[in-house]
Amino acid sequence: MTSFPLPLTELMGHWGSYVVYALIGIAFGMTLESAGFGNSKLLAAQFYFKDMRVFKVMFTAIIVAMTLIFLSTSIGLLDYNLIWVPPTYLWPGIVGGLIMGVGFIIGGFCPGTSLVGFATGKVDAIFFVMGVLTGIYIFGETINTYAVFFDSSYMGRFTIPELFNVSYGSVVLGIVVAALLIFIMAQKVEAAVNKQPIKPFPGWSKPAAGALIAMAVAALLIGQPDNDDRWQSIAAENQAKLDGRLVQIAPAELLNLMNDSKLKIVPLDVRKEQYYNQFHLQGAVHVPLECVLDKAEEFQFELANTVFVIMSNDEVEATEAWKILKAESVPNVYILEGGINNWLDTYASESFTNDNKIRLRELDQLAYRFDAATGSRHPAAEPNPNVLDLNYEPKVILELKRAPVTGGCG
Amino acid sequence: MSNQSRAKPYMNPYLAGTLLGIVLFLAYFITGSGLGASGGLNRLLVFVQNAVNPEHIDQVPYLLKMAGGSTNPLDSWIVFLTVGTIFGGFFSGLLGRRVKFETNKGPQINNATRWIMAFIGGGLMGYGARLARGCTSGQAMSGGAVLSVGSWAFMFAVFVGAYALAYFFRKFWN
Repeated sequence: MTSFPLPLTELMGHWGSYVVYALIGIAFGMTLESAGFGNSKLLAAQFYFKDMRVFKVMFTAIIVAMTLIFLSTSIGLLDYNLIWVPPTYLWPGIVGGLIMGVGFIIGGFCPGTSLVGFATGKVDAIFFVMGVLTGIYIFGETINTYAVFFDSSYMGRFTIPELFNVSYGSVVLGIVVAALLIFIMAQKVEAAVNKQPIKPFPGWSKPAAGALIAMAVAALLIGQPDNDDRWQSIAAENQAKLDGRLVQIAPAELLNLMNDSKLKIVPLDVRKEQYYNQFHLQGAVHVPLECVLDKAEEFQFELANTVFVIMSNDEVEATEAWKILKAESVPNVYILEGGINNWLDTYASESFTNDNKIRLRELDQLAYRFDAATGSRHPAAEPNPNVLDLNYEPKVILELKRAPVTGGCG
Repeated sequence: MSNQSRAKPYMNPYLAGTLLGIVLFLAYFITGSGLGASGGLNRLLVFVQNAVNPEHIDQVPYLLKMAGGSTNPLDSWIVFLTVGTIFGGFFSGLLGRRVKFETNKGPQINNATRWIMAFIGGGLMGYGARLARGCTSGQAMSGGAVLSVGSWAFMFAVFVGAYALAYFFRKFWN
């Protein structure tokens, strides 16, 4: 729906996109080093309340980035669905975090800060980096002994607004205000521990804090786009694709794709349960139309070679579902041309179509009568692709996936 | 000492935090991914392991994902980010005249003790970062900014772990 994040691989090629990451890395390293994070003594001082630099830098960075991100998404400049939100594995995260906290107070760095310490010749950082590599090595060798725990308490892409069932804007504003209050406290705590007068904030910090609050309020008032807003922003281009029949694929193309081992085809059946029970394609995933939006998030996690082909009895519900998924930026979504009815016209035996045709029916109802809930046991559920050689115009073009499948720590 | 007196002081933490926040925002805005560090180190390590003993990689599923068959473990954005971070730290250190071989430690311990501590702490950090699927940059800061529940839980755990043991290690730092 939006132009950001950029489809980097498409724009710059596989290796070209890495140049951007290297530049971001340079900016990251420069800010970390300027902040004093190459110095383990300064980092450790955080835990004795002498210099709360770690806390100040980290939370300033979080509230600045968070506010800019959610203001951008609220005005439709950035697509939240296409940015990497680390999936929650609650307990492995907490246990790993505790181990890291212990490592922090013993070693005096975290992995990112040790890199800039290493780069500026700090000998303790060099030992720390060697330690990190050793720790990672041991992890790789031992993880198989408790992989069940490593993969436990998985909650997917789960956000704080979803946890408390409140809007994104109010969480953003709440965190900004809380962080600013904690900064005021941090100045006082430092002064008390060091027995020195309270250090004033720099002159620019008050207007900057005001600007952050104003942006957070703006994000709250505008609100995050819902599925309908998201569709409206892409409607012009995508309605043309629907009208031009560019995304409706012939039954023969679907059948061919289903037998293509390089692709993962998800036949997405959005009909009511009664229809699904009567007949569906072998391997069809049943997601009734009203549940499609909830599933969109999960579909983002599918592999890059996944193609979704949506089907209803004709095309009405399938088209609705297509719009929903398209608006949520799910890549590679198509519609089965003519729906299940057309599929049966194409692949069911002549005796079946002659005997069971329903003459009078409404749009998007099943055109054939089934005496029992045959599900996918009906012969037309899995036709042999080699028997009928049908001509069709191929329409599926695999898009490069834009939503990152890895992020944070790769 | 003369060298140290010429070193420029570190940036005001709120200014550094603001700049870091803008870098983090741009990382998300342009690429869709946040920042990270431990993932890059992981892949550098796997690259070496793969060069030394490729058969072993094929026996460990966790390593196989990064270097199985013809997969090049260095063929990942995080590796470039990590290498960039090292260069960026070096440039910034040069500009601030802070590039210098030295060991930062508390006054009560010697260099060798500090180095052993750094190695052990690093080991715990590296292990914990893989278990938590991210480090302070990739999980706590990046995930925190996009409001992931797991990232916030992780962040609190790191601070809890460090503060809980800070008292016992006070001699090493003060």
